Amino acid sequence: MEPFKEHKGIAVPLNRGNVDTDQIIPKQFLKRIERTGFGEFLFFHWRFDDDGNLRDEFVLNQPKYENATILLAGDNFGCGSSREHAPWALEDYGFKVIIAPDFADIFYNNSLKNGILVIKMNEEQVQQWMKKAEQGLTLDVDLEKQEITDTDGTVVSFDIPPYHKEKLLNGWDDIALTLLEEDAIQAFEEKRA
Amino acid sequence: MGKALTAFEKIWNKHVVKEEEGKPALLYIDQHLVHEVTSPQAFEGLRLNGRKVRRPDLTFATMDHNVPTINRENMKDEISIKQMEALKKNCADFGVKLADMYHPDQGIVHVIGPQLGLTQPGKTIVCGDSHTSTHGAFGAFAFGIGTSEVEHVLATQTIWQDKPKTLNVKVIGDLGTGVTAKDLILAIIAKFGVRFGTGYVMEYTGEAIRKLTMEERMTICNMSIEAGARAGLISPDETTVEFLRGREMVPKGEAFDALAEEWLALATDEDAEYDHTVTIHADEIEPQVSWGTNPGMCVPVSAATPVIKDAEYPEEVERALKYMDLNENQPITSIEVDHVFIGSCTNSRLSDLKKASKIVEGKKVKEGIKAIVVPGSFLVKQQAEEIGLDKIFIDAGFEWRNSGCSMCLGMNDDIVPAGGRCASTSNRNFEGRQGNGARTHLVSPEMAAAAAIEGHFVDVRQFVGVPS
Ligand code: SF4
Repeated sequence: MEPFKEHKGIAVPLNRGNVDTDQIIPKQFLKRIERTGFGEFLFFHWRFDDDGNLRDEFVLNQPKYENATILLAGDNFGCGSSREHAPWALEDYGFKVIIAPDFADIFYNNSLKNGILVIKMNEEQVQQWMKKAEQGLTLDVDLEKQEITDTDGTVVSFDIPPYHKEKLLNGWDDIALTLLEEDAIQAFEEKRA
Repeated sequence: MGKALTAFEKIWNKHVVKEEEGKPALLYIDQHLVHEVTSPQAFEGLRLNGRKVRRPDLTFATMDHNVPTINRENMKDEISIKQMEALKKNCADFGVKLADMYHPDQGIVHVIGPQLGLTQPGKTIVCGDSHTSTHGAFGAFAFGIGTSEVEHVLATQTIWQDKPKTLNVKVIGDLGTGVTAKDLILAIIAKFGVRFGTGYVMEYTGEAIRKLTMEERMTICNMSIEAGARAGLISPDETTVEFLRGREMVPKGEAFDALAEEWLALATDEDAEYDHTVTIHADEIEPQVSWGTNPGMCVPVSAATPVIKDAEYPEEVERALKYMDLNENQPITSIEVDHVFIGSCTNSRLSDLKKASKIVEGKKVKEGIKAIVVPGSFLVKQQAEEIGLDKIFIDAGFEWRNSGCSMCLGMNDDIVPAGGRCASTSNRNFEGRQGNGARTHLVSPEMAAAAAIEGHFVDVRQFVGVPS
């Protein structure tokens, strides 16, 4: 995993609550056995109509958000199915940071495992940024300092569990870390046997 | 005597490999269930890093999401075939037991775990599938994980977990006649919302829960994830023990009795405290029907769809009604369906099929409705056929299929077409879940069966043929 230190990018507002992973990546795209290439299917039925044409009204299709890398989302984002294809699709599409009042917990974990910085932020602030994003908003997200700087210079701090922060900053591979605990795991198994 | 503990806390304490203040704990996993959709990238990750499956003996795989429910021998979908071939190869390469499409143990992963007795009280159980919460019905700590975590568990047999908080969902009083476990869990989610369980293990308690069979308890715990919970759980009791006695993967004789004693000791202590408690009165619950696009959007069958301006989130309600092609304040019983699906890990066990068959026996599915029954496992299908349920359904005009996830998510050919409307015994009514543009109404098997006969939703309690 690539280390995550800081990211500056355009924010796109997806102002809906309870966006489930079936919407983020519909089931017909879950049959692939690779980890890559899911970006083109992101929000498939919201982005495309039944004939495969772009739906102009969907926010991600608006030209001004074409290069957006920060997703401003509603409450309980990523609920439903545990499919990791959802963060794979978001990441492959280009998102580096997702900011929402709250996330469903499997999705939250899955995202961190893929180097996406998921930030829980109070609803009021998210709404404020969503408004601003309609006019164009660039956010500078500094993980080290746990701060987000707005286009107009306002700085907002955010929380993240120290353990997740450390892993993201270093781009650590979870499994490699756990394998360092081999003795403890083995001792546990022996104790129970 | 030590501090009074909840069942979850007892299980947690027994599985901590390592714990440090301010960090997630490293938890040992007793049972890992695997299916074809969320595992290929995990096995690939092992391969790329030259890692093994640490405990193939604690890992069990099946094929359920993609499998066709008819013409299994003649699969055409190349990508599905590839995904199933991948699982076969992965299991062979890494020494994992697999119940493939033709194996007598095949079925929906959350149906076969309990059926085989792999699911047991006190175990930590994971699967790359959110409805792993189902297994909590046995007093296990069971939860869904993503593919990276699947890889992690395969490689290390452990997982890093923040300790969830505990939530007591206390069910007071008894369920009325014709009101099922499905109605209870739908009513709970409707009352408290689709995120009230986030960060919690939800334990269901109260007399009504004690009276439920294991299959009914599974229906309840299955949908805990629909309330956002990390896991659902019901303390083990004699009902749990009796369900597991004699199952293939549980010990026999004295060893079983000793184990049963351990299981019973896992039940939540009388004075144990929860972080939070909510209560619901079972006797006030009616058969439920979901009207919207998440499982919390659910009302009693005698009610109507919401009035937009009175809703807490009017935009959400308006959007959902539009997708569902329903009016506001529209009586539920006026909603006509063209598809009926009896199946899924929520409601595809033998007792579900029995109850639905009682409703349809001697009647006919309304013309124009496509109605299918998909047993949860090969064994459920076989047992149902032994008592003639297949005949009852077929005579009534249902299709009788092979087991799998099927129309719950439509990864195979069992899809509700765009604009179609389905009375479904599954667990998710998300947009497009059963097919792009399809509309899903979540109900109990009895309610689905009655809708198949009448062509629209009816209160199954007034339906002729309801068992008294
Ligand atoms: S039946 Fe449906 S909810 Fe259950 S495991 Fe299969 S797809 Fe998931």
